[in-house]
Amino acid sequence: MTTAPTTSAAPAMTKARRSRWGVHTRTLVPCAIIALIAVGAIFVPVLYGYDPLRVDLADRLKPPGSVLPNGSIAVFGTDQIGSDLFAQMMAGARVSLIIGAATLAIAGVIGVLIGMLAGYYGGWLDTVLMRVADIQLAFPAILLAVLLAAVLGQGVLNVIIVLSISNWVVFARIARSQVLALKDREYVEAARTLGLGNFHIIFRTLLPGSLPPILVVGTVELGHVVLAEAALSFLGVGVPMGTASLGSTIANGVQYLSTAWWISTLPGVLLLLLVLATGVLGDAVRDRLDPRLRSL
Amino acid sequence: MLGYVIRRILLAVFVLWGVSTVVFIIVRLVPADPALLIAGDTATADQLAALRNQMGLDRPPLVQYGSFLGGVVTGDFGSSYTQSVPAMQLVAQALPNTALLAFLAVLGALVVSFPLGVVAAVRVNRPIDRIVTTGSLIVQALPSFWIGVVLLLIFSRTLKWLPSADLTSAQSLILPTTVLALPLIALLTRLIRSGLIEVNGEGYINTARAKGMREPAILFTHAIRNALIPIITVVGLAFGTLLGGAVVTETVFSFPGIGKLLVSSIHVRDYSVVQACVIVIAAAFVLINLLVDLLYAYLDPRVRLAK
Amino acid sequence: MTEQLVADSRRAQSPLLSVRDLQVEFTTSAGIARALDGVSFDVQAGETLAILGESGSGKSVTSQAIMALLPKPAGSIVGGSILYDGIDLAKEPVSRVRDLCATDIAMIFQDPLSSLNPVFRIGDQVAEPFRRRLGMGKKEALARALELLKRVGIADAERRISNYPHQFSGGQRQRIMIAMAIALKPRILIADEPTTALDVTVQAQIMRLLAELQAETGMAMILISHDLGVVADSASRVAIMYAGRIIETGGIREVYDHPQHPYTKGLLDSIPGAHAMGEPLRPIVGSPPNLLDLPAGCAFHPRCPIAVPECRAAVPSLREPEGAALGHHVACIRAEEVRSHD
Repeated sequence: MTTAPTTSAAPAMTKARRSRWGVHTRTLVPCAIIALIAVGAIFVPVLYGYDPLRVDLADRLKPPGSVLPNGSIAVFGTDQIGSDLFAQMMAGARVSLIIGAATLAIAGVIGVLIGMLAGYYGGWLDTVLMRVADIQLAFPAILLAVLLAAVLGQGVLNVIIVLSISNWVVFARIARSQVLALKDREYVEAARTLGLGNFHIIFRTLLPGSLPPILVVGTVELGHVVLAEAALSFLGVGVPMGTASLGSTIANGVQYLSTAWWISTLPGVLLLLLVLATGVLGDAVRDRLDPRLRSL
Repeated sequence: MLGYVIRRILLAVFVLWGVSTVVFIIVRLVPADPALLIAGDTATADQLAALRNQMGLDRPPLVQYGSFLGGVVTGDFGSSYTQSVPAMQLVAQALPNTALLAFLAVLGALVVSFPLGVVAAVRVNRPIDRIVTTGSLIVQALPSFWIGVVLLLIFSRTLKWLPSADLTSAQSLILPTTVLALPLIALLTRLIRSGLIEVNGEGYINTARAKGMREPAILFTHAIRNALIPIITVVGLAFGTLLGGAVVTETVFSFPGIGKLLVSSIHVRDYSVVQACVIVIAAAFVLINLLVDLLYAYLDPRVRLAK
Repeated sequence: MTEQLVADSRRAQSPLLSVRDLQVEFTTSAGIARALDGVSFDVQAGETLAILGESGSGKSVTSQAIMALLPKPAGSIVGGSILYDGIDLAKEPVSRVRDLCATDIAMIFQDPLSSLNPVFRIGDQVAEPFRRRLGMGKKEALARALELLKRVGIADAERRISNYPHQFSGGQRQRIMIAMAIALKPRILIADEPTTALDVTVQAQIMRLLAELQAETGMAMILISHDLGVVADSASRVAIMYAGRIIETGGIREVYDHPQHPYTKGLLDSIPGAHAMGEPLRPIVGSPPNLLDLPAGCAFHPRCPIAVPECRAAVPSLREPEGAALGHHVACIRAEEVRSHD
C-alpha cells in the first residue's frame, strides 16, 4: 500500500511552490520597475535642472559617461543640442506616465460607463455602441490617432484626447461583455427582487464583479498608451517642440545614428522596460485575479 | 451560408460608410482654412472666395457631405494641392508598395511563428517553451519605430550589410519587412501556442488518442485545424496593427508606401491626400476582415452549415 | 490483499486485464493529490465489470491510466501495474500503449459532442482507425465506416456519413462514438460514463446497443458510472470506489443485495424507489473528501454512521468478511455489522 516512491513528491512540491512564488515575482518586479521609473521621472529632471529649450553646443553629442565642463558626469551622454540624455529621458518618461495615467482614467471611466449601460439596457443603445465600436475598430488605432492629432495639432492635452478616443472602445467592450455575463446571475437577480434600483444594481452589484478583467485590460493598456504616445511624437504629431518625449528624442537621434548611437537607442530601452513591465504585470494580475481569463 | 455572406458584406459597407463619415467630420474640424492654406497669406479676399467656391467649401455642410460620399464611392478625393494631381493617383502609386510590404511581413510572420508556436505548445513549460514565450513577450513590447532605428544602426550603418532607404532593390525590403513582421510573429506565436494547448484538453483529442493515433498525426490533423480557426480572426484584426505599423515603419525607412504618404501629407496639411490615404487603408482593412470572416465560415462547418 | 485476490480460486483462466496496486498522483499548484491509491481488479474475457463512484473517486482516472490518457505532465502513474497480454502498460512508453489502443482496448467517453472533432465529417472520423491503423484506402475505409454506422443504428447512414457532429443528436453522437470504438474489434471496451450526458430514454437504448455488441463480439467491458441503476442490468461484477480506493467489490447482485461497506449501503439507500413508499430518502451526510487532505485512517470515517475510533487508526484493506459470498471483498473493519443491520 505504502510502497509508492515518496521521492517523486518532493520535486513536484518544489515545482508547485515555485509557480506560486512566480506570481509574486511577476507582480513585484514590474511594480518595482514602474515605481523606479516614476520616482526618476518626478525627481531627476528637477535635480538636473533640466530645461528642454537650453542649447549648449559645447557639450553636444558627448558619449555616455563623459565628464562635462561643469564637472558633472553625463551617464547616458548628451544629445545634439548638448542636453543631458538621462535627464531628458526621465523628463520624457514623466510625459509618458502623465499621458498614460490621464488617458487610462478618461478612456477607462467613459468606456466602462458606456459599456456597462449598453450591456445592461441592451436594445438600441447596445446596437449603436457595437456599431460605433465596429467602425472604430476598422481604423487601425494609430491611424485614427495620427488623423486626430493632425487635426487637433500638437500638445499634451491633445495627445490625451486623441488616445482616449482611440482607447475607450477596449474598455467599453470588456465592460459590456462582463455585464452580459453577470446580469443573469442569481445574485443580480436577487438584488433585483429586493427592489434595488438600476443605478444600484449597475454600480454596486455589477461593477465590482466586472472589475478584475477591466483591471487586467487597464494594466496592459497602460503600456499600449505609452507606446502610442511615443509613436505619435516620433511621427511629429504628438507632444510639441520643447516638451520632452521618448518618441521625439528617438526621432531626433535618427540623424545622428552614425556618430551618436546613444540618443536613439537608450530612450528606446527605457520605453521597452516600461512597456514590458506593464505587460508582465498585466499577465500576473490576470493569473492572480482569475486564471480563467487566460485567453484575454 | 449565403445569408451569412450577405450579412457580412452589408456590415462591411456600413462600416465603410461610418469610416468615411468620421473622416469627413474630423477633417472638417481642422482649425485652418484649407483655401487659405492653398492660396497662401498673400491672396486677396476675392481669390479666396473663388477658391472656396471651386472647392465647394461655401456650400452647406450636408451638400459637401453628399458630394464627399459620392467622391468616396467613385474614388475621387479631389486634387493634392501640393502636387496638383488627383489625390487618388498618389495613393494608387504608393498602395502596391505597402501591399507588397504587408504581404511579405504576413508571410514571413506565418513561416516563423508557426514552428515556434507548435514547438512551444508541444514542449509546454519546458525550457524551450519558456524561451519562446519570454521572447515573444519582449518582442511584443518593442516599439516598432525604435526597433527600426536600431536595426538601421546595426545592419545599415555599422555592418553596412543592407541599404536603408527606398525601394531600389530586394535587399531594401528586408529591414522594413522584419520590423513589420516582428510584432506579428510575437502575437501569432503566442496564439498558436495557446490555441494548441487549449485544444489539447478537448475531448476529441483524447478520442484520437484512444483510436491509437500517434501524437504528431493528432497534432497535424485534429489539433491544428481546430486551433487555427479562432486564430484566423485575430490575424485579420492584426492586419490593422500591420497597416498602422506600416505608417511608422515606412517613415523610419523612408519607404515610398501609403503610410509615408499619409504622414508627409499631414505635415504639409494636404488634406485631400490625407482623406484618401485614411479611407483607402480603412477600406483595405475592412475588405481583409470580410475575407477572413468568409474563410472562417468556410473552415468551420458549424458556421457554414448554420441556417 | 493481493494474496487474497490471487488466491481467489474461482477464476481458473488468467484474466484479460489485471490491474494491481495501481497508484496515480496529480501535481497541482496546491500540492500532490493521490488520485488512485492501491487499486486492484481483474477483467475476464467477455465479462462486464462496473466501476462505481462519485466524481473525484478515481473511476475515470483508472480508465485514463489504462489508456495512457492521464493529463500530462500533471498526472502520472507512480506505482503498481496494469497487465494486459503479458505486457505491463504502466511501465510501457505511451506510444507503445497507444499501439494497443483501439485494436485491443477501446474507449468511449462521457460527452459525445466534445469527443467528436467538430470540423471533420463523421464518416472520416469513423474511417480514421481503418485508414491510420490498418492503412486502408479512403474508399474502402469509408465503406467499412458506413457498415459500422448502420450497425450502431444510425438511420439513413448513406447520407448522414458526410454530416458533421453538430448535426446529430446526443444519442446519435454516442452511437457514432461506439462505432468508432468497435471498429478494430477490441477485446476490451472501456465506457466512461457513456450515458451520463443523455436523456433517460436514450440511456436505455445505448446500454442495450452496448449489450448487443458485447454478445456479438464477446468483448469484455469496463463500465464506469456514478449511477448504480444504469449498470445494474448489464454488469456481472462491480467495484465501488471512494477517494482513490476500491472499498467494496463482488458480484453485482451480492453487492447490491447485501452491501457490506457503509458507503455502498449509503449509496443504495439514497436511490429513490429502493425503499418502502413514504419512507424518507437517506442521503449520505457530508461531502466527498479533499484528495489533497484525506482524513487519517479510513477516508470515509467522517461521513460514516457507524465509525469507531479504530477507523482513524489505519486504512482498512480489502478482505472477505464472514458470511459474505465468494469474491465479495470489503475494506471496512465493521463490515459484519453493516450486514447484520440489514
